[in-house]
Amino acid sequence: MASVVYFLDSRGRPLLHRDYKWDIPSTAIEKFPLLLLNNSIGQSVDEGSTIPVLNDNGINYVYLLHKDLYILALTREDANVFSILCYLDSMVKVLEGYLKSLEEESIRDNFSVIYELLDEMMDFGISQITDQKILKEYITQESFTLNTLLHPSGSKKKPGSTTVFKQRVAPSTVTNAISWRSPGIVYKKNEAYLDVVEAIDMLVNSRGQLLSSEIHGAIKLKSFLSGMPELILGLNEKFMKSCLNAVRGTPGNVSEGDKKSIEVEDLKFHQCVRLGKFESEKMISFIPPDGECDLVSYRVHSPVLKPLFLIDYKVRNHSNTRLEIMLKVRANFKSRVSARKLEIRIPVPRDIDSPKYHYNKGTLKYVPNESVILWKFRKIDGGKEYVMIAELLLPSVSDDGELEKFKKIPINLKFEMQGFVTSGLQVKYLKIREPKMNYQSYPYVRYITKSGDSYEVRTN
Amino acid sequence: MPPSQLERRLRRFFNIPLKGENSEFRSGLVSQYPDERKDTIQRVIAAMTVGKDVSALFPDVLKNIATHDLEQKKLVYLYLMNYAKTNPELCILATNTFVQDSEDPNPLVRALAIRTMGCIRVDKMVDYLAIPLKRTLKDDNPYVRKTAAICVAKMFDLNSKMCIEQGFLDTLMDMLNDSNQMVVANAISTLLEISKMSDSNLLKMDSKITKKLLITLNECTEWGRISILTALADYDTNDSTEVDHIIDKVTPQLQHENPAVVLSAIKVIIKQLDKISNERREHLQRRLASPLCSLLSNPPEIQFVALRNIRIILERYPEMLSNDLQVFFVKYNDPLYLKLEKIDILVRLVTTDNAALLLAELREYAMEVDIEVVNRSVNAIGQLAIKIEQVSKKAVEVLYELYMNRSTYVLEQLIIVIQNILRRYPTKYLPTVITVIADLNFDDLSTPESLSSYIWILGQYCKQIPHLEDRLQTMASQFQEMDPLVQSAALTAIVKINLTKSSPKIRQILQQILNEATTKIENADVRDKAYIYWRILSTDDEKLQKKVILKKLPILESTIEKFSAPLLRQLVDEISNLGSVYYKPGAAFVRLRSGDDGAFVDNATLQSKRLEELQQMAKSEIVNNAVKAENLLDFDESAEDRQGAQEEQEEEKIEVSASSDSAANILDELSDLFSGLSTQPAKNVSSSSASPAPHNSGNHEDLLNLF
Repeated sequence: MASVVYFLDSRGRPLLHRDYKWDIPSTAIEKFPLLLLNNSIGQSVDEGSTIPVLNDNGINYVYLLHKDLYILALTREDANVFSILCYLDSMVKVLEGYLKSLEEESIRDNFSVIYELLDEMMDFGISQITDQKILKEYITQESFTLNTLLHPSGSKKKPGSTTVFKQRVAPSTVTNAISWRSPGIVYKKNEAYLDVVEAIDMLVNSRGQLLSSEIHGAIKLKSFLSGMPELILGLNEKFMKSCLNAVRGTPGNVSEGDKKSIEVEDLKFHQCVRLGKFESEKMISFIPPDGECDLVSYRVHSPVLKPLFLIDYKVRNHSNTRLEIMLKVRANFKSRVSARKLEIRIPVPRDIDSPKYHYNKGTLKYVPNESVILWKFRKIDGGKEYVMIAELLLPSVSDDGELEKFKKIPINLKFEMQGFVTSGLQVKYLKIREPKMNYQSYPYVRYITKSGDSYEVRTN
Repeated sequence: MPPSQLERRLRRFFNIPLKGENSEFRSGLVSQYPDERKDTIQRVIAAMTVGKDVSALFPDVLKNIATHDLEQKKLVYLYLMNYAKTNPELCILATNTFVQDSEDPNPLVRALAIRTMGCIRVDKMVDYLAIPLKRTLKDDNPYVRKTAAICVAKMFDLNSKMCIEQGFLDTLMDMLNDSNQMVVANAISTLLEISKMSDSNLLKMDSKITKKLLITLNECTEWGRISILTALADYDTNDSTEVDHIIDKVTPQLQHENPAVVLSAIKVIIKQLDKISNERREHLQRRLASPLCSLLSNPPEIQFVALRNIRIILERYPEMLSNDLQVFFVKYNDPLYLKLEKIDILVRLVTTDNAALLLAELREYAMEVDIEVVNRSVNAIGQLAIKIEQVSKKAVEVLYELYMNRSTYVLEQLIIVIQNILRRYPTKYLPTVITVIADLNFDDLSTPESLSSYIWILGQYCKQIPHLEDRLQTMASQFQEMDPLVQSAALTAIVKINLTKSSPKIRQILQQILNEATTKIENADVRDKAYIYWRILSTDDEKLQKKVILKKLPILESTIEKFSAPLLRQLVDEISNLGSVYYKPGAAFVRLRSGDDGAFVDNATLQSKRLEELQQMAKSEIVNNAVKAENLLDFDESAEDRQGAQEEQEEEKIEVSASSDSAANILDELSDLFSGLSTQPAKNVSSSSASPAPHNSGNHEDLLNLF
């Protein structure tokens, strides 16, 4: 697997690295910036123009771009590159959990805890533990002395002291069959929250026709439960059936003539869910990790989904000195529903000057570093329609390409809607049973529909 | 830390002169205050992290190894791992602490000690490693055992002989029966790793182990599952019940949240697909489709590798994803490499049902900003038109539309695509093509590929092209400056036109081009081609000329690239490995290192290989020359015969055999030469009639100079 893991800044200079196998000369890393340059498939060398897997002189470079950092693994073998990339991705997530944000500065400031984590997550190039909850149990940023460890009792509270010492004991959870939850958790109030969140990615053409759509859904569980509770999640039958169809590879029942039916394309479970049981007994049963987790994530294909917002866009160019952009947005859903935090990003040419707006709702702002006009609504009710007109002065010196280019960038929308999800998923019940403690607990369920990363409308 | 800072300041104030960072570190490392020592260690590690050489501090850092502060211990260990090589003797001083730590009551410390010990890459350390390793492999605590398992691989890397002698590999096999899932997984990973290192198969899978692994699979961490699945993928199943068992236990893994687990599971299943009934296979293929598509709900780099794997799987099972076209649509924010990869997959998924949808989508991409995306999309539209006849008309319309809002960079690709479409549909879309060509001139195109496509169209459809002669005149005037590829196309075109639509002007152009090609062009292929045409044209047999030159080309069936069958078989084994990204089997790009001087060894073998090649070349050269020499001699002989010369024939014959012998001797001689001896090569060349022989010796001298 990986021989070395590097963290590099945006210019490819190493910030920190951990060598696991010592079979790669230190000169190999100096070549990396050059390799990025030489292997670029684009005309300009910018991010994303070089493929993430490169081979030079017998050494394989596998990188992941995270913000401005290159997270790079090197190997000589014909290693499982897919697993290496997934590992790097998990590693970044763990480090983000520890450092809040993984960037040049936080790496420099926290090298000692990073080394400690890198040591624990991978050994001799073999991935070990990347579960943040487990790691947090025995790798903490405060310093510890071994004195506390010498008490063999294992009790969490020292007699006579009120402070709870988290002990750095042998991480039994790490190697347990249930590796995601440690025993002995106690809450006064036992609560569990379920959020069903569906993010819609959609591509709509300028005539308002839907080109492609994808719904990424997740059931997020936030649990504050004592002991080792056994949970069973019940979903509505229609959705469950569709899930099983997807999992078993049987095509959806087209014969029913029910064309409106939603098709679940694929679903993934958190590692705590018993995968075998789902298939054989149609049951989602699990012992949850403490705190938050994405219990189920799924992908849905809906043939009848309509665009939630209709956009009418016009642009007029007044002899290359002035642009006039007109945009009309219509909330294409029932009037009793409303969307919140709607943000419409309208692309404009770079370096425009003194924009003037006419509009009848929301706020408008020019965002120079994104080259967009941002139209924000706190709330928009179904069936309502709003218009804005923006007048922009074009820079006197600009290349013609720029005036063509901005028209090709789609308009991006962000929004959030509460109270329903498009797939029709419903949580019927969440049974909670703790065999030893037998406590009462109440689950809470919320439904949220929101935009994904790319809810886009083309303008030409 | 205020006290230590204060102290440092006082020291600085009173006596200790500033001697740079290292001396400051040194005094900090031996400070009597533990806090300051720890603080200094941290700063030393910080300096190490940014690439400063702090190896000189080795003895002072080492003094801090005996500590109860776990964090400090880890830092010191980290330092040791990095600089052990610079101070191998001093390292041995640390062994005592390591061995002690490996017996510590705290399992974390035991594991840390054994983990670090294996990372100290000093030969002598291996001698001390065996005992604690043996002990920790049998530790009560699974965390320690799983760490020790990996340490076996480290030891194997340092001293494989000792590792085998001590029976550690057998211990690893025993560990497959461990009660703890993580220990089992690490034992598997380690065995796989050692197998790779030694290029052998140490993990002898049998049905018993397979059963055990399938049970462990469900309890493992995600990374453990990947190791087990990797082992299962390489397992050659014995009978159908075993195949069924594996498939049953592995399919639930397709629902795992880690995409690497999913792809590894897919690989296991695909490797079994050929061993099951058709019906079941079809069912499983359908089942694999959605997990494959879900691989695209990940960061772009992961998507990229997933797409390369999907391409391999698609070539093996082309129908698998045809219902999932839209998943592969390009997103505006995708990085460039991902967009190109997605378009490549899209054309492979096309069927008569979804072709129209894809065409509309490709049309959008062809109007994008990135030149590479535009070119790739135009190419894809062509591939689509050629693959699916039903949409070819629409596709040509889209191409025409693109041509109308032309930007120069579309044009080049467009012409190449049009040529391919004509190869598929020779006359169907001719009117449209002619309008495009009528509008185009030589100066509009610049790449050799597009120019040769343009010229091919001129030659093939010369009767329909307006202002043909003017175009050909321009072509002829630029002939000498053209790329050989274009010159070759131009030659063919003009010869073809001369046969189908001859005129005095065209004959003149033909003559000019043939003249230039045979006298002024250096490229041998172009020259030879011109000579051949000239020969054919000078036969005056027009029927023959037409038969050869105007031969109909076969209809182009597809322009989508495909792997060869043997390569595809190898690539299925490479799924999820690096080879799947490069489209090459592992052996083609992996260079196993042999010690630290690997680069040197590589060079040496490379040089000796080159030497061999040269020797081979030299030998064959000489053999050729020798044959020539004989021929020449024969010729002489017969000539003399004809002349009826007075010389005695017998004598002549003896001489001939002698000289041909000499040529053979030179061969032997030469191989002697290469093996280091240097004798006079021309010794055997005595006969005056064997004129090639001295030439030969000149040849080796040249070769010898090469070395």
